[in-house]
Amino acid sequence: MSILVYTETENGKFKKASFEAASYAKGVAEKMGTDVTAVAFNAEDIKALGDYGVAKVLHIQNDKLKTFNAEAYADAIAQAAQEASADVVVLGQTANDKYLAPLLAVQLQAGYASNVVELPEIENGFTVKRSVFTNKAFNHTAITTDKKIIGVSKNAYGLKENSAAAEETSFSPNLKEEDFNIEVASVDKATDKVTIADAEVVVSGGRGLKGPENWNLVEDLAEVLGAATACSKPVSDMGWRPHSEHVGQTGKPVASNLYIAIGISGAIQHLAGVSASKTKVVINNDPEAPFFKAADYGIVGDAFEVVPKLTEKLKEFKANNA
Amino acid sequence: MKILVCISHVPDTTSKINFTDNNSAFDTNGVQFVINPNDEFGLTRAMWFKEKQGASVDVVNVGGPETEPTLRKALAIGADNAIRVNTPAIDGYQVAKELAKVAQDGNYDLIIAGRESIDYNGGMVPGMMAQILKANFVNTCVSLEVEGNQATAIREIDGGKETLKTSLPLVIGGQKGLVEESDLKIPNMRGIMMARKKPLNVVEPSSTESFTQTKSFEKPAPKGEVKIIEEDNLDQLIDLLHNEAKVI
Repeated sequence: MSILVYTETENGKFKKASFEAASYAKGVAEKMGTDVTAVAFNAEDIKALGDYGVAKVLHIQNDKLKTFNAEAYADAIAQAAQEASADVVVLGQTANDKYLAPLLAVQLQAGYASNVVELPEIENGFTVKRSVFTNKAFNHTAITTDKKIIGVSKNAYGLKENSAAAEETSFSPNLKEEDFNIEVASVDKATDKVTIADAEVVVSGGRGLKGPENWNLVEDLAEVLGAATACSKPVSDMGWRPHSEHVGQTGKPVASNLYIAIGISGAIQHLAGVSASKTKVVINNDPEAPFFKAADYGIVGDAFEVVPKLTEKLKEFKANNA
Repeated sequence: MKILVCISHVPDTTSKINFTDNNSAFDTNGVQFVINPNDEFGLTRAMWFKEKQGASVDVVNVGGPETEPTLRKALAIGADNAIRVNTPAIDGYQVAKELAKVAQDGNYDLIIAGRESIDYNGGMVPGMMAQILKANFVNTCVSLEVEGNQATAIREIDGGKETLKTSLPLVIGGQKGLVEESDLKIPNMRGIMMARKKPLNVVEPSSTESFTQTKSFEKPAPKGEVKIIEEDNLDQLIDLLHNEAKVI
């Protein structure tokens, strides 16, 4: 018996989501009285996993797996689960994790719970708490199969440091030709920008900014904070900003440490999509905006005056606290 | 090309979320149900295939008779036939298995589902269905073109996009981008009239096997009061973010 965690890398480096998944896996292992084995593809910093409680690492080094391929990765992870005699497989909820997890679940005939926010209850069956209805509620789901897959929500369980050996073993899964039926023709990814998925801080703008020409307000503030930029649904529907920046129920979810909403009134769908963020700041000139009820800190004022001042003050703060 | 669009019957995005029966079930009282938004983008994309390239478009749902108005709406938008698998949806795997059976029986080339339903947010039905069918699968799909047996799809990745080449049979986990919000087809009167006469076949489920079970629901703890900071006292905000919230 053991716990297997899939730790995703990007350009050879583990993502923060992988360390969160490893921390969670260690928590499950402690409850069940066992150890954590990680499976990683073409990683450079294997030992880093030890800081989050990983005892062993099955390291797959294969040039065919340099670019992500859901089918091949799921096949390889299923074989790693077998190798580690894993009863529980833990992963994060990045776009790639969400792509491969359902494939893995069918291969392992394992029940899969996504968007899990707490350690499982194992005293009476095996039950996890998940967020549902776009964070408007939680449900408690019993996984009734022998093998289980848990997708851990970003920023829910967090990082827990824990020293372990991260002893590396080379692992070569048997891959099939049909694992490669999907070919990646091209990747279009801005490498100099923080993504909404990875960001600790997200600065978001709404209709209150009056037009796309005023987005320097959002961008300047984001730059000072090393933040990703986002927008409300009307802003993306009107074409002021690309769809990829739309956050909310039908857009991207945000689970950052800090979410700053500028000129966003706070429609129920928007609030749901960003509610997993830990701290929310709202800047709006309408004191009746519904977002104030969902925020931690609020400023009632004109964004065009408040935001540049805030950006300047944060610049000073960062310079003094660097 | 034979296209199957999987339709989830979900509460409208503005719905108040409440629970009943000692927090064991979603309270449908006063709730308006709609086609899952992620599925709706896929349905309109399927209609474009039908109009521009010639395709048949069927829609399917796994659920009780209460979901039929949602399937009728899909017929009014232009789908040819509807299928309802007559069983309550228990979990993602059970639904995926029933959908895979419908897909297999109907010999579909392209199966379009939403990347997730906006109620349970499981995000697993399309992938599981593909794996059961041994079909190719593209998740978070924002663009899809099909020529003959070959498909080109764009998928959203964290912080960008990836262009993929693959072949039919193919399962898509779709979302906004497959078509734009402003392109979404809305039923007109003629469509609604015609939908009444279109076939809505009810088939019985093949099994009741599931991998997970929902035990209970809970609502998030109520939030504390917002702290209002004066606009000429931004130092206070920075201090609170640094020392109280500890996020900068």
